[in-house]
Amino acid sequence: MAAPLKALLAAQEKQSLLRFLTCGSVDDGKSTLIGRLLYDSKLLFDDQLATLERDSRTHGTTGDDIDFALLLDGLEAEREQGITIDVAYRFFATAKRKFIVADTPGHEQYTRNMATGASNSELAVLLVDARKGVVVQTRRHAAIVSLLGIRHVVLAVNKIDLVDYSQEVFERIAAEFAGFAEQLGIANCVAIPMSARFGDNVIAKSAQTPWYGGPPLLDYLETVDADAQLADKPFRMPVQWVNRPNLDFRGFAGTIVAGRIAQGDTVAVAKSGKVSTVKRIVTKDGDLHDAAAGDAVTLTLADEIDISRGDVLCAADQRAEVSDQIAAHLIWMAEEPLLPGRQYLLKLATATVSAQVSDLKHKLDINTLDKLAAKTLLLNEIGTVNLSLAQPLVFDPYTDNRDMGGFILIDRFSNATVGAGMIDFGLRRATNVHWQALDVDKTARAELKHQKPVVLWFTGLSGSGKSTIANLVESALLAEGRHTYLLDGDNVRHGLNRDLGFTDADRVENIRRVAEAAKLFVDAGLIVLVSFISPFRSERRMARELVGEGEFVEVFVDTPLEVCMARDPKGLYRKAKAGEIKNFTGIDSPYEPPEKADIVLKTVNSLAPVQAATVLAYLKERGHIA
Amino acid sequence: MREVAAEFANPVMLYSIGKDSSVMLHLAMKAFYPAKPPFPLLHIDTTWKFREMIAFRDATAKRLGLRLLVHVNEEGLKRGINPIDSGSQLHTQVMKTEALKQALDRYGFDAAFGGARRDEEKSRAKERIFSFRNARHGWDPKNQRPELWHVYNTRINKGEAIRVFPLSNWTELDVWQYILAEKIKIVPLYYAKKRPVIERDGTLIMLDDERLKLRPGEKVEERLVRFRTLGCYPLTGAIESSADTLEAIVTEMFTARTSERQGRLIDGDEKASMEKKKREGYF
Repeated sequence: MAAPLKALLAAQEKQSLLRFLTCGSVDDGKSTLIGRLLYDSKLLFDDQLATLERDSRTHGTTGDDIDFALLLDGLEAEREQGITIDVAYRFFATAKRKFIVADTPGHEQYTRNMATGASNSELAVLLVDARKGVVVQTRRHAAIVSLLGIRHVVLAVNKIDLVDYSQEVFERIAAEFAGFAEQLGIANCVAIPMSARFGDNVIAKSAQTPWYGGPPLLDYLETVDADAQLADKPFRMPVQWVNRPNLDFRGFAGTIVAGRIAQGDTVAVAKSGKVSTVKRIVTKDGDLHDAAAGDAVTLTLADEIDISRGDVLCAADQRAEVSDQIAAHLIWMAEEPLLPGRQYLLKLATATVSAQVSDLKHKLDINTLDKLAAKTLLLNEIGTVNLSLAQPLVFDPYTDNRDMGGFILIDRFSNATVGAGMIDFGLRRATNVHWQALDVDKTARAELKHQKPVVLWFTGLSGSGKSTIANLVESALLAEGRHTYLLDGDNVRHGLNRDLGFTDADRVENIRRVAEAAKLFVDAGLIVLVSFISPFRSERRMARELVGEGEFVEVFVDTPLEVCMARDPKGLYRKAKAGEIKNFTGIDSPYEPPEKADIVLKTVNSLAPVQAATVLAYLKERGHIA
Repeated sequence: MREVAAEFANPVMLYSIGKDSSVMLHLAMKAFYPAKPPFPLLHIDTTWKFREMIAFRDATAKRLGLRLLVHVNEEGLKRGINPIDSGSQLHTQVMKTEALKQALDRYGFDAAFGGARRDEEKSRAKERIFSFRNARHGWDPKNQRPELWHVYNTRINKGEAIRVFPLSNWTELDVWQYILAEKIKIVPLYYAKKRPVIERDGTLIMLDDERLKLRPGEKVEERLVRFRTLGCYPLTGAIESSADTLEAIVTEMFTARTSERQGRLIDGDEKASMEKKKREGYF
């Protein structure tokens, strides 16, 4: 290969890619700015320039000068009206970087297109007209940009020539916007005084703004570090297609959206929880040893487990969430308003499920960021909603991973994309549990079973061993022919208590419901095992008081916090310490140990079967079982 | 591509034999390996393609073991539509746009891959990656489905179709660098060679067969030329170049001063001509 080409290719390989969008109000000069970037960085071809010069004379709005906006406004209707209607993508490259620019519309009614442009961008250039300053549109666009997870914003104070390159005007606008950006939580925000039409501070520093000490726009775009560092996150690969050319080969094809994977790594299927190891990473050019976020690969696994399109392969020790109830921000994109309760199709990564908005909590006044009560969402409105899904969905919060947390809603009849959502978190919603009074009483039911009903209430920190011991106790009872029921904290949160979170108020309600359920099972004559963290004394007391005297046995599984944290069987302590789980007992939510437990089990240096035997002995001693 | 294979009943890959098609096909071979791409190739033959293109097309399908469908608008042939007398616009309309619709209807394809890129032309810059077409194959640029993240809405009703553009975000330079990096086979016409050409309306046209009649004053010259883009030979301008290796082509691309579609005579016909054609169902 010729040396100069080699050098060119080598330089290209070092180029990183930055995707950004430009947004702002009508006439703020977005298209002009991009045209100027292309023109000044000598990226226009001769024939494109000739066409531009010709078009400028017929459609242009800049007199005899070149109207850069004409380069971008591609559709006929736009040209005539002088506005950008849709998202247009432009490509250019400098020695340092390649750029993909999404040029998005300014009109309020085109919010959906802006969201579209923002969804794949890492940075936004937000234009304001120096004469007008921060306007309603500016706030709107900043809010959408922040909602879509863009952490880098450049405020281009354009048309600075029309305010005589005034430092004072610039600083006033920059300060006002900085305040708003902070409210939105936009991490990195810089302001640049600019004239797209005359090229001031676009690719070179302008002599007209000696008071401005920062970089021109292109310098900033070339050097800003906006990489989302997806490869460092936990492994996720939504399965797109199962590759089965013959009976001997079964590969799972997909694009890795986060993390890395190597031969021999353990992966879990998020929904079924099944675990296997990666046997091969197959490509046409030979097997790979490892692969990372962004790579499209085909994996084969060591075990035959059932996996199909829509499943997500995850790092076994850091799995994605699975829930059929989710809380999300939703941008409505259709003329027809959102109807809470109507069935839409939700598509996230490669999974498509039936979904309905079960609760429209409020809509966002995007100009003031106020939350307003709402019954519906209209085109371009943004709301926070709870969604109820027909099947469980595998996801991560949008702020962790756009590909695992961003979804679209599709109208079942028109097939139009009507909404775009960003998952905030999964939640659990209560189903209505109806109980009917029965004529037969507790004593009669208990006698039939030859046992004295009781609640065994296991309390202790997460990871203390509650569930393990409760399981062993129940197995032993079952082996003896006893009638039992086990209420497990995690399991109940999937059903009865799935609307509840982990705030103190929700924990109280969680325990109240479980205590009520336990009472009913005692009423049924069962030996009820309850395995709940149940951190507060007052709620455990409440549970005790719901059932009769002698029908409540408090079992304190006393394992020190350090031991629980070291065990961390579900990886929850690590997440909590990283701030990913809020209100986690022992970390940032208190645990109140029992003062007078009926049984205290110290699990350190002792085995679970021994603990279980202690509990059984207690039951025999008290005559609950013969 | 896998998204299409997984979500559609009857997809097809439009294969135009050009460099973009070659890259697209190469990607398909990789995406489905070790299986073969689960769809056939479709070539819309206007009967005016370069002979070398047709030979390359047949050899490629055979080499890769893929099913190749070739469709010609017989009706147009009967009407005597050709690029020289009918004008490029009518020829393209009948022999490409109409022919494509005929073929899609005939086989009932619900998804069709195309090699178009957003950097090619203004209206293509707004094209979606998954682009919805109504039952009459029309494109409504103002009512496109929003396309967020990498989530593509693949839902259609019977008779409707989606056109899919996997190379949307590639630039011409990306394509050439990829061809070089992956050593992808391309039609020899891309490489410089002495070829018989005439100069017509400022464009170098290669005489590929005897159907192109000389106008008074035109004379055939042997010039060292190559093509940056390939279509119907009477409508495709050659460029003077000595780049006869991939390396030389890529080097030339780094310093190019004109866009590739300059060599396409159909684009200059009319303002916003591509958008018009696309609304009517052109790729």
